[in-house]
Amino acid sequence: MILTSLVDASRLQFALTAMFHWLFVPLTLGLGILIAIFETKYYKTNDESWKKLTQFWSRIFAINFACGVATGIILEFEFGTNWSNYSWFVGDIFGAPLAIEGIFAFFMESTFFAVMYFGWNKVSKGFHLLSTWLTAIGANLSAYWILTANAWMQHPIGVAFNPVTARNEMVDFWSIVFSPVTLSKFFHSVMSGFLVAAVVVIGVSCWYIKKKCNKEFAHRSIKYASVFGLISLLLLMITGHTSAVTVARTQPMKLAAMEGLYRGENGTPFVGFAILNPKKSYNNTEKPYIVNLSVPKALSFMVDSDFNSFVPGISDIIEGGYKYKTLDGEEKTAISFQEKVERGNMARRALALYGQYKDDPDTLKRNEILSQAKSYLDKNFEYFGYGFLKNPEESIPNVPLTFYSFRIMVMLGGYFMLFMLLCYFFCRKKVLEKKNWFLVLSIISVPLVYICAEAGWVVAEVGRQPWTIQDLLPVGASVSGVSANNVWTTLIIFAVLFTTLLIAELKIAFNQIKKGPEGITWN
Amino acid sequence: MTTYHFLQLYWWAIVSVLGAALVFLMFVQGGQTLFGSVAKTEDEKKILLSLFGHKWEITFTTLVTFGGAIFASFPLFYSTSFGGAYWLWIIILLSFVLQAFSYEFRSREKNLLGKKTYEAFLKINGFVGTLLIGVAVATFVTGGNYSMDKMNLTLGASNMVSFWTNDYRGLELIIKPVNLLLGIAVFLVARLLGLLFVFTQCSKMEGDAAADMVSKSLSKIKVTWSGFLAFFVAFVVIWLNADGYRVDTASPLFNGIDGPIVAEKYAYLHNMLKMWLIAVIFLMGVVLVLVGMARLMAYKKPSFYVTGLGVFLAVLGILLNIGFGDMAYFHSLYDIQSSLTLYNSSSSLYTLKTMAWVSLAVPFVILYIAYVWKKMTAIKK
Ligand code: HDD
Ligand code: HEM
Ligand code: HEM
Repeated sequence: MILTSLVDASRLQFALTAMFHWLFVPLTLGLGILIAIFETKYYKTNDESWKKLTQFWSRIFAINFACGVATGIILEFEFGTNWSNYSWFVGDIFGAPLAIEGIFAFFMESTFFAVMYFGWNKVSKGFHLLSTWLTAIGANLSAYWILTANAWMQHPIGVAFNPVTARNEMVDFWSIVFSPVTLSKFFHSVMSGFLVAAVVVIGVSCWYIKKKCNKEFAHRSIKYASVFGLISLLLLMITGHTSAVTVARTQPMKLAAMEGLYRGENGTPFVGFAILNPKKSYNNTEKPYIVNLSVPKALSFMVDSDFNSFVPGISDIIEGGYKYKTLDGEEKTAISFQEKVERGNMARRALALYGQYKDDPDTLKRNEILSQAKSYLDKNFEYFGYGFLKNPEESIPNVPLTFYSFRIMVMLGGYFMLFMLLCYFFCRKKVLEKKNWFLVLSIISVPLVYICAEAGWVVAEVGRQPWTIQDLLPVGASVSGVSANNVWTTLIIFAVLFTTLLIAELKIAFNQIKKGPEGITWN
Repeated sequence: MTTYHFLQLYWWAIVSVLGAALVFLMFVQGGQTLFGSVAKTEDEKKILLSLFGHKWEITFTTLVTFGGAIFASFPLFYSTSFGGAYWLWIIILLSFVLQAFSYEFRSREKNLLGKKTYEAFLKINGFVGTLLIGVAVATFVTGGNYSMDKMNLTLGASNMVSFWTNDYRGLELIIKPVNLLLGIAVFLVARLLGLLFVFTQCSKMEGDAAADMVSKSLSKIKVTWSGFLAFFVAFVVIWLNADGYRVDTASPLFNGIDGPIVAEKYAYLHNMLKMWLIAVIFLMGVVLVLVGMARLMAYKKPSFYVTGLGVFLAVLGILLNIGFGDMAYFHSLYDIQSSLTLYNSSSSLYTLKTMAWVSLAVPFVILYIAYVWKKMTAIKK
């Protein structure tokens, strides 16, 4: 019981800090690039109003950036403070991208940010522009490395388990760095950041237009942001699709939860909109949905490019026995939850045996036992994490949370497609001023885009529960031995601190926006 | 020496360089403690903010990279110390979180908490951050209360690989006298460097406020310097007299990863005498600090960089001395055989190799940081 509440507290703390972090990160990713584009315009035209525009958005960038940094450092160290078992079990792989991120990306970002922000009167125009670009590139590079780390947890490849050290060890760096999961995750998350930035820029600018001030400034900003947003959104949709395909191959349980799918069929429909039946569980015969609007055979087609392929549901995955394809295209037959647990236990017992005999003085006996234990371990290691689980419920993520978050993300994605097209169109026709309803809609869209991006992470992270490392390590075996009370205390401290931070940030940002580009003083 | 052990030493050296750079760069934190004393009026505060306002991120990023580098090269330390001495690290982190937004927010209108609060945050970071990082470094000599067994992963309910054996969770480390000694020394050296930076930069500026700050910082330098000297010497004496622990690599039980750990009287001193290059680094550091201070006291010459280099080298010497020579660099006070060594806590050969390639980028990073530093630190008259 105590352990459960420790795990819950640690999860909640991680989720809280990560979600706060993700409030600031997307804007940094996208706005950095937009500012660099604006400044390039200034560099080429020497037009002072482009400089004003660059400086205005730089101020907003800086306020947001400070919060990204403040919330990020907590996350990095949390792996040690709260997930210490995890840090040993996979630190050999996981640490590397984090260190590379520091060396390659964070230094680049923070060094050149200093020039971008404080260097207006200190360095040449060309060097300033270069610094702005390097800041933006640094931010996106940092996203690549952290997402490599995150993607690896969802799809742990390129490693081998070493029984001597009782941990996973890296054997193929490049397969980790360029895994298909990393690639789709990177492009999808970064593009979501670009979209967030575009919508924020459009929202603020439309507010000016509505207030009838800073008109030229607003139109220029919108012109660029709408194109930027439209392109990002297109890529976002494509990579959203590839993400779903990789999820289907590597984390079928997550996909089933995203769809609220309990029983698959040949030609599984895609659920457009539905209300889940709260009484449904993997082992009863309740209907999965109360209301359900779905597209026949669409899920099968999206996942396998085949209208009649079989997509397993939650109950299928627990019972096993169906055929599926891995990411490499290999065909396999799924085994049941019970078998996975047995094989996980076998792996764990083999490891224990290995540990017991690894220093045995009797060389002959030792070698024989160790080689046997190792072969058992190797054969069953892919299910190692199941050895920590007991009943099938433990292997199912929170279905409603995953399901509704996914719906929110995808529906808002559709909404933004329309929104961006309209924005681009109105901007080209120069009729924005006359469309008061659209100006209001733009302002409302700002919180919506944040909700959309956060929902994406909820799908990705909640959907993979109970695993911190897919199939290898569940959350319960990842935590530090801190007492739950300690974690609850830090959780509350973080919540209060970050909420205050957020309120202060918003107040400052709103005030800067109210003052407009002319009101920004630069020293 | 095997390639593997060579890489372990190489990575300990990199972590040490980052740690030493961090202590030097905490002159920013030192500078932050000057709000309300050296910088009283708004003009003075503005100068202080302009001096440190675009430097703090380099310090911050060094801390982040230091964490990342330890995670990548010695993950067992990451999980044992961070997960065990929970509160020590959390308080350090919180103090840095407070810093990260205070520079930007303080100067803005409608900032919710008011200028004074953000200044207080910066001061907290200056006092607490430096003190506790000193405490954390001292635990390399004084150890921690934990037990560690990698095979614990195979147990049922409580399967922690490393486990802190008391309920204070690192708070007890803060009140340990030797740790506190180094903590105060690190705080004082950060403040000293901060004062030197203010002195150096303000000497080049025009205006009454700057001139005022020059004289105020000079008088503070003297007090801070004597305090630092006392605490630092005390720590050095204790450290070089302390018992250390080593892996017995000659033992038949040593398998390249784990081996019996044995206590040794004056281990750090022995290390110092055996590895003369490290001793030279340490002594050079001490000499440079002395030279820097002498130059300042005798000729009023700005000596931030000389003293700073001295601090960097001295800390580097200490960290190398603690990790090299088969030492248990973070020993367990609960069960000495649980202690962490470079052998049993490092990443795999493959990972260390990969990361060694990555580390080749570090000189370029230092180069562009230095270039930008130079551009941004130049004072225009
Ligand atoms: C590098 C790794 C990594 C990254 C980039 C993220 N996460 Fe995560 N997340 C984890 C690594 C992780 C984890 C360590 O694996 C956690 C902690 C506990 C757990 O189950 O997984 C986790 C849990 C976790 C949970 C709790 C799930 C639950 O307990 O039911 C949520 C809601 C999020 N994360 C959300 C996010 C958000 C919004 C992120 C965007 C920045 C994010 N994660 C990035
Ligand atoms: C749990 C995982 C994460 C960890 C451990 C983490 C760690 C950090 C740290 C330590 C910082 C401060 C860096 C600094 O000193 O400048 C930071 C900021 C940042 N992170 Fe994260 N982060 C995580 C998730 C993410 C994700 C998912 C992304 C992007 C897709 C991301 C991108 C960024 C960016 C762009 C910043 C902005 C500020 C900056 O880089 O300084 N981070 N993160
Ligand atoms: C419209 C079509 C979209 C589809 C089909 C889609 C699909 C997906 C899928 C399947 C995942 C889970 C990936 C995983 O677990 O590894 C995901 C995650 C995510 N989505 Fe979307 N998405 C769409 C639109 C959007 C939009 C409009 C945004 C933001 C504005 C967004 C932001 C995110 C984020 C931040 C994540 C978490 C990062 C990741 O796992 O890649 N998505 N999306």
